[in-house]
Amino acid sequence: MDTLVSVNNLHKHFGAIKAVDDVSFRVNQGEVLGFLGPNGAGKTTTMRIITGFMAPDAGSVTLGGDDIVDAPVAAKRRVGYLPEGAPLYSDMTPAGFLDFVAGIRNLRGKEKNRRITDTIEKTNIQSVLGQPIETLSKGFKRRVGLAQAILHDPEILILDEPTDGLDPNQKHEVRTLIRGMATEKAIILSTHILEEVDSVCSRAIVISAGRLVGDGTPTELRARSRWHNAVTLSVRVDNGKEVQATLSNLPGVQSADLVSQKDGLARLVLYSTHGQSISTTVNQVVRERNWAVDELYVEQGRLDDVFRAMTSKLL
Amino acid sequence: MNNILSIFKREFMGYFTTPIAYVFIVIFVFLNGIFAFYLGDFFNRGQADMAAFFAFHPWLYLFLIPALAMRLWAEERREATIELLFTLPITMGQAVLGKFLAAWAFTGIALVLTFPMWGTVNYLGDPDNGVILAGYIGSLLMAGAFLAIGSCISALTRNQVIAFIISAVVGLAFVLSGFPLVLDFFSGWAPEILVQAIGSFSFLSHFDAISKGVIDLRDMVYFTSLIAFWLFANVVIIEFKKAE
Ligand SMILES: Nc1ncnc2c1ncn2[C@@H]1O[C@H](COP(=O)(O)OP(=O)(O)OP(=O)(O)O)[C@@H](O)[C@H]1O
Ligand SMILES: [Mg+2]
Repeated sequence: MDTLVSVNNLHKHFGAIKAVDDVSFRVNQGEVLGFLGPNGAGKTTTMRIITGFMAPDAGSVTLGGDDIVDAPVAAKRRVGYLPEGAPLYSDMTPAGFLDFVAGIRNLRGKEKNRRITDTIEKTNIQSVLGQPIETLSKGFKRRVGLAQAILHDPEILILDEPTDGLDPNQKHEVRTLIRGMATEKAIILSTHILEEVDSVCSRAIVISAGRLVGDGTPTELRARSRWHNAVTLSVRVDNGKEVQATLSNLPGVQSADLVSQKDGLARLVLYSTHGQSISTTVNQVVRERNWAVDELYVEQGRLDDVFRAMTSKLL
Repeated sequence: MNNILSIFKREFMGYFTTPIAYVFIVIFVFLNGIFAFYLGDFFNRGQADMAAFFAFHPWLYLFLIPALAMRLWAEERREATIELLFTLPITMGQAVLGKFLAAWAFTGIALVLTFPMWGTVNYLGDPDNGVILAGYIGSLLMAGAFLAIGSCISALTRNQVIAFIISAVVGLAFVLSGFPLVLDFFSGWAPEILVQAIGSFSFLSHFDAISKGVIDLRDMVYFTSLIAFWLFANVVIIEFKKAE
């Protein structure tokens, strides 16, 4: 697959703050890259550099063969961008606004009408087309911003918190829309919602205090969790301590926590060493000892755990 | 070219979707009337020309044009739409020019709407309409110069009030530099050539000549190069400060 976005050793500082510190990554066609990181990590700044709004202190960005600093207009043609907070010309109507953007995007005649109709349908803004943007609800504003970004069917889409402030239904719609466009584009979206990574992203990068601290598929990232391949176990015994002692000595088990013990039911969590699979071993022991098992399941690891671990150690 | 036109259209229509256009035009026409008839003694001068009308334009533009220009970039910055604008495939020059031309065309319309004044003069007497046309051209050029200053200064700040005040002060400097009072102040001690240089930078001297019907290429060049200079500065400022 073609590499459409290539970000090379970006640096950007504001006074003493290093907002972006040596960030590099690539995005191929067909990929949806989740861009994660705590508040102030540098996501928006990175996106502003990629889209040519800000110049980097050092480093380069190539968008489908065009360098954003050397050939800004050609590079910007390839991109659709939803800036943070979806700023819009509030005195215009969505119809007038899309017409303006279509003009700048060089869409003319039939093609223009087709693209505008298609975009309006995709973003579901038919009902507000003639209403001044300043009177629209947050969700509609966000969708008009999204419409503006996808209007010219760009090969690269950069979306800064596209689902921020949307209700659950609209979030779902926007995610479906993004998934639907994924195969032919390279998409970067920043988000604070980790489920979003699972539901739309094929890959995610994590940035903290301007530095890239993680890069991988959601599954790969999850594998970095302390919870990855951990086993949760509920056993009908009165003395959970004994179970805990037995299991914590098993090969591959790093530690065993007795989470609760009441009414003759002990609940334990067994963490695995380096995320190796321990469920078979645990199962075997459980059967040998004839413990009555209420539940036994393998944890996948949680993204928010990984996120927290990756982004807090640098603080 | 297409991009300039797109931006021009958006900006120009923008004036009419807000009350700005109507307020501006009404005040402009109204003040023109007041100034010309009362202060300029329009009727009693016993002359069929519009000199009294044009004489007040520098002073009128001094505060009306900054009011029009202050929002050009300051608002774009405050509303963060500047991020939208400059991630579209356009150049800074196209954006600056499109916005400027829209504002200029708008002042042109306000100027055209003073035609009842022209009608009155023609009804009462037999003026030289060539001189009057020259006056209109000169006035439009001067408005352009005020606008270019205002647009450039508006790019420096997100605060429209600050943009207004600074533009008005810079405009005032350009008007006053031809005023006898100011020139006298300098001529006491400064070398003659400097006094002349200061005087030659004045809107007044260039505008006076045109509005008397003398269309001198130098006056035209003066205003157009002033516009070009301030718009160029505007582009540079936007380039450096767009993301701040
Ligand atoms: N124009 C600016 N001037 C000065 N500092 C800035 C500017 N823009 C961003 N910063 C600083 O750079 C750092 C990174 O900000 P950025 O907006 O990129 O973070 P973010 O990851 O998008 O955060 P969030 O999740 O809250 O949107 C922050 O410390 C911020 O205060
Ligand atoms: Mg941000």
